[in-house]
Amino acid sequence: MEIVMAFVCGFLFMAAVYLILSRSLLRIIIGTGLLSHGAHLLILTMGGLGGESPPVLADGVTDYADPLPQALILTAIVISFGVTAFFLVLAYRAYQELGTDDTSLMKGSDEDD
Amino acid sequence: MINFLLIPILIPFFMGMILMFCQKHVGLQRFLSLITLLAASVVSFFVMLKVQADGIQTVTFGGWPAPFGITMVADGMSTLLVFTTFVLSLFIVWYGFESIGVGREKHFYYPGLMFILTGITGAFTTGDIFNLFVFFEVLLMSSYLLLVLGGEKKQLRESIKYILVNVVSSALFVITVAYLYSVVGTLSMADISVKIADIGQPGIITTIAVLFLMVFGLKAAIFPLYFWLPSSYAAAPIPVLALFGALLTKVGVYAIARTYTLFFVHDLSFTHELLLVLSVLTIAAGCIGALATFNAIQIIIYNIVIAVGVILYGVAQMNEVALEGAMFYLVHDMIIKAALFMLVGLVIYVSGTANLRKMGGLIKEYPVLGWFYLIAAFGLAGIPPLSGFVGKLLIVQGGFAAENIWSSLFILASSLLVLLSVIRIFLYAFWGEPGVRQKINPKSYRQMLVPTVLLVVISIAYGVGSEWVAPFMDTAAKALMDPGIYVDAVMKGGE
Repeated sequence: MEIVMAFVCGFLFMAAVYLILSRSLLRIIIGTGLLSHGAHLLILTMGGLGGESPPVLADGVTDYADPLPQALILTAIVISFGVTAFFLVLAYRAYQELGTDDTSLMKGSDEDD
Repeated sequence: MINFLLIPILIPFFMGMILMFCQKHVGLQRFLSLITLLAASVVSFFVMLKVQADGIQTVTFGGWPAPFGITMVADGMSTLLVFTTFVLSLFIVWYGFESIGVGREKHFYYPGLMFILTGITGAFTTGDIFNLFVFFEVLLMSSYLLLVLGGEKKQLRESIKYILVNVVSSALFVITVAYLYSVVGTLSMADISVKIADIGQPGIITTIAVLFLMVFGLKAAIFPLYFWLPSSYAAAPIPVLALFGALLTKVGVYAIARTYTLFFVHDLSFTHELLLVLSVLTIAAGCIGALATFNAIQIIIYNIVIAVGVILYGVAQMNEVALEGAMFYLVHDMIIKAALFMLVGLVIYVSGTANLRKMGGLIKEYPVLGWFYLIAAFGLAGIPPLSGFVGKLLIVQGGFAAENIWSSLFILASSLLVLLSVIRIFLYAFWGEPGVRQKINPKSYRQMLVPTVLLVVISIAYGVGSEWVAPFMDTAAKALMDPGIYVDAVMKGGE
């Protein structure tokens, strides 16, 4: 099961890199979303997939799932949600001000030359 | 369980929330921010004294025993940096009253500042690797706000790149923590240190070490990963730039210093050698950038990169002298960078341009600014008895002790290039024929000059009085050199 998850993560990273390397801002933002999804799945896999065993450790229970990765993912999801929301608003504002969403037209600074 | 060490983090956190409700009352916001920063400086000073007297202080949340709960750890290095952070931000906020603009002040500039300070001090204090990620995100979110606040075209354009770089680096951080967790099965930094020592750092841990170097190197702007820094920072207004330049990259440096002294100390010939090579390349790249540009702001920004290289060179030596030097230089650089950005901000304010070719002859009209700039420039280059000298001396001493003769000589030689790069601003802006001028308000010029001059005086005092701060540096370096001290303090504190 872990090996399948590894491939899924790898595929997500591949798609994310492809999207981030494109010129359109919206694609880049979707790419960052996929990147964080890949990272979250990776945490889940790295904690070990517990199967059906319960995430608690009581007397007499020897086979238990690790609950910590879920807590980490929850935190990371909330953070990436906030960052993505901010990024979308910023991209919209930049589109209004700069009149383009093409990153190749956004390079350099105007006064250093 | 002593909650005292949490107070410096909680003060700006709660104040940030309160300030959000005083949005339109600029005077009140200014007053409250100053009072808050003053209080936080005083409290963090006492925390520093307590750590110096009683050893490392820890708090583990939620009543969990030590390796399981999230631990906050105040050791020599972190308390020193927290104290410096608050003192600097006090001066930067004071300077900002006249230069940041009422528009920004009415749109959450002060709450943003408070939250970025929460993130920075939290990142310095936390003893849990995932909690470090969370505090990094807190400070990054606030830095996005501060960078884009004002909504100028330049700011919007550069913010997009800045956010993208940091989102990618955050994802990489999460991935690296996941790898580390899968190998050692713990997130407490003290416990990670013990577990890695137990298994003797196999290849996979060394790979994780390099991944951490990439993650923190992106924030700290080390050699191949500093590409985003010059243009992003140049978009920020001067007080924000001073804050970022003095504090943000230093959080990355702190994280590298922490992980490379606490976790990855069993394969020095690879990890620390890599760090050494990268730090030397960082200095070289920074020098080239600083000498190549005619933009006064860019020169100081490239000097951030150089300083990061020098500090990490000290960390890479992994002996007590060099680590003490790195601590000295880290605090020195925080102070002097803030001061230099404020000085250059004033130069730009009076001349109306950042282009050195158009400036000139300022020394006749603004002698105080000129001479204090010269002192700060000498301090940056490390001319004795100013503040950069002791740190660089100890770092190079440590370099010789670790038998890295050539790279140590390179560090010494780079000081001359640093001096040349900042003296160029003095030559172009203050000497020569009078250049362009902007009509200024003498009152606001004076109000910006006072905190700037005071900060330069602090940097002189830091250099001349290094004998008095040496015990603090010594404690910090000792705790860095011996992970056992840190581990014992955390494990004992949980009982």
